[in-house]
Amino acid sequence: MSENSLTKDEVKHIAKLANLPVTEEEIIKFQKQLSETVDYIKTLSSVATQGVEPTSQVTGLKNVTRTDEPAPSQTQEEALSNAKNTHNGFIKVKAIFNEQT
Amino acid sequence: MNKLNQLTIKQAKDGLKEKKFSSVELTQACLDEIERVDKTINAFITVTKDYALTKAKEADQLLAQGAIKPLLGIPIAFKDLYLTRGIRTTAASRVLKDYIPQYSSTVVEKIENAGAVIIGKTNSDAWAHGSSGENSDFGSTKNPWNIHKIPGGSSSGSATAVSASCSPAAMGTDTGGSIRLPASFTNTVGLKPTYGRVSRYGVVAMASSLDTMGHFTKTVEDSALLLSVTAGKDKQDATSLDVPVPDYANELIKNRIVTIGLAKEYFSEGINEEIKSSLEQAVNKLKSKGFEIKEIGLPHTKAALAAYYIIVFSEVSSNLSRYDGIRYGNDRSYFGDEAKRRIMLGTYSLSAGYYDAYYLKASKVQTLVKQDFENAFKQVDVLIGPVSPTLPFNLGEKVNDPLSMYLSDVLTVPINLAGVPSLSVPCGFSDNNLPIGFQIIGPQLSEGLLFSIGHKYQSLTDFHTKTANI
Repeated sequence: MSENSLTKDEVKHIAKLANLPVTEEEIIKFQKQLSETVDYIKTLSSVATQGVEPTSQVTGLKNVTRTDEPAPSQTQEEALSNAKNTHNGFIKVKAIFNEQT
Repeated sequence: MNKLNQLTIKQAKDGLKEKKFSSVELTQACLDEIERVDKTINAFITVTKDYALTKAKEADQLLAQGAIKPLLGIPIAFKDLYLTRGIRTTAASRVLKDYIPQYSSTVVEKIENAGAVIIGKTNSDAWAHGSSGENSDFGSTKNPWNIHKIPGGSSSGSATAVSASCSPAAMGTDTGGSIRLPASFTNTVGLKPTYGRVSRYGVVAMASSLDTMGHFTKTVEDSALLLSVTAGKDKQDATSLDVPVPDYANELIKNRIVTIGLAKEYFSEGINEEIKSSLEQAVNKLKSKGFEIKEIGLPHTKAALAAYYIIVFSEVSSNLSRYDGIRYGNDRSYFGDEAKRRIMLGTYSLSAGYYDAYYLKASKVQTLVKQDFENAFKQVDVLIGPVSPTLPFNLGEKVNDPLSMYLSDVLTVPINLAGVPSLSVPCGFSDNNLPIGFQIIGPQLSEGLLFSIGHKYQSLTDFHTKTANI
C-alpha cells in the first residue's frame, strides 16, 4: 500500500480549520480518501502555465456595480423564521467569551 | 395519444389551448405517476401536491379567460437546491432538513410568473456533490431504465422525474456535468447554458464561478422554450449577462448546416465502445444532411479535470462555511461524507502556503482550457462528443472510491471551465437497453445554434420518444 500523503494529524488539523466535527474512524477513512485525491490534483503541477493569466471571471465581466438604494426586504419575523434560538427578535448564540468555564 | 403525464411541454400547451384537457387533469396525471413510481425511483424529496393543484386551478381560470403565458398550466419540478418560498428546500442534505425559504430563487419566480405549476422538489447528490445521485442524504435515486443502475448526478431526481414522465420538465444545476450526465443516462434532453445566461440567485451554491442553471426536457424544442423563460440579466446576480435573450423557439427552426468538430481527446481510449459507435452513427446522420465534420484537438482535456476539482473544492469549502446552524438549518455535524471531504480538500488547498500551488495554478489551467475551446471554435462552429466515458454504472459500485467517481466527469467539466453551453441529446441505447447521449458544445451564448442542431437531429431520429418501463 502506498503511503498516505496526508498524515492523521494533518487531517485533524484541516477538520479543525473547517470547523467540522470528525470521529477517529472518520479520520482513518478520510486520510486515505483525501490523500488519493490530493495525489491526483497534484498532477496539475506538470502542466506548463508560465506567463498564463489566471481566469477569475469566465465571461470577462468586470466591476459590476449598482446604486445602493434601500428597498423593501424581509420582516424581522420572516428573517428569524428559520433560526432555532431567538430572543426578543434577536438570534441567540452561545457565548464566545466566557470567563466562567 | 400519449397519456397526459407523458406529453411534452409543447404538446401539453397545445392540448390546454384546444381545451382537450385542463391543467388540473394534467397536473393530477403527473401526481398519479409520481405516486405510482416514486417508491421505486426516489426522484422526489417533496411532492407539492396541494400547492400544485391550487396553482393548476388558477391556471385553468386564466386559460378560460384566454390568457397567454409561455408555461401556463404546465407542471415543472425543481432540483431541491432552488429556493422555493414557503416550500421546504433541503439541497438533499440533512443540514437543511427543515429549512423553509423566505424567498424564491429568480428562476423559480420567472417560471411561476410564466404560469407553470410547481409539482415538487427533486432528489440529488447533497449540495450537488456527485455524479451518481448516491450522495443524497435522502437515499439514492434509481435509473428508470434499470433500477439497479445509477441515474447519474448530481441532478438525479430531475432527470428521472422527466425520464419517468412524472413531470414534462425539471430544473437542475450543472457545475461540472450535473445536468448533462444524468440526461445522457436517462434518455432526456439536458441543457447546460452559458455561465451567466441564467441567474444563480437563490439557488444553493456549489462552486459559484462554475454553477449554471439548466433543465431537463423530453425534446430539444421544449428545452428552447424553457430557456426563453429562464434566461436574462438579474440584478440580484452580478455575474448574470446583460445580453438580450433571443426567441429560442425561432432559433430552433433555423436551418443551419454548419461545421462540426470532433475532439480526438473525447474519442480516445477509455471510452466505452457502444457509446463510441452510437456517437459515430449520430455524426454520420448529420453528415448525411450536409454537416461538415472536422477533427480538432482540445489538448488540455485531461488537465481540466484536476483543475476543475481544485476550483470546486476551494469554492465549496468557502460556500459551505456559512452553514453554522445559527440562522437556519442544522449544525456542521449534519454534513454527509462527501460534503466533509470536499470542505476539507478545499480548506487544505486554500490554506496558507498552498494557494499558489492549487487554486492559482488551477485558475491558470482554466485559461488554457478556455483557450482550447476558443481555438477550436475558430475552426468549427460546434463540437460533438460523448457525455460520459461509460454507461450508467451499478448502484454502490463507486461509493467507497471517491476518486473514481470524480473521474466520471472527465468529458463534461472542461465545458464548465470554458463557460460555454452544451446540450445533451439522446442518441441510442446499449445492448442491455441503457440510454446513451451525446453533447453539442458551442461558443459562449450559442444556445440557439445548439438547439437548431439538436432539433434537426431529433427530427431525423426517434430515440427521445422511447420511454422506460417501470
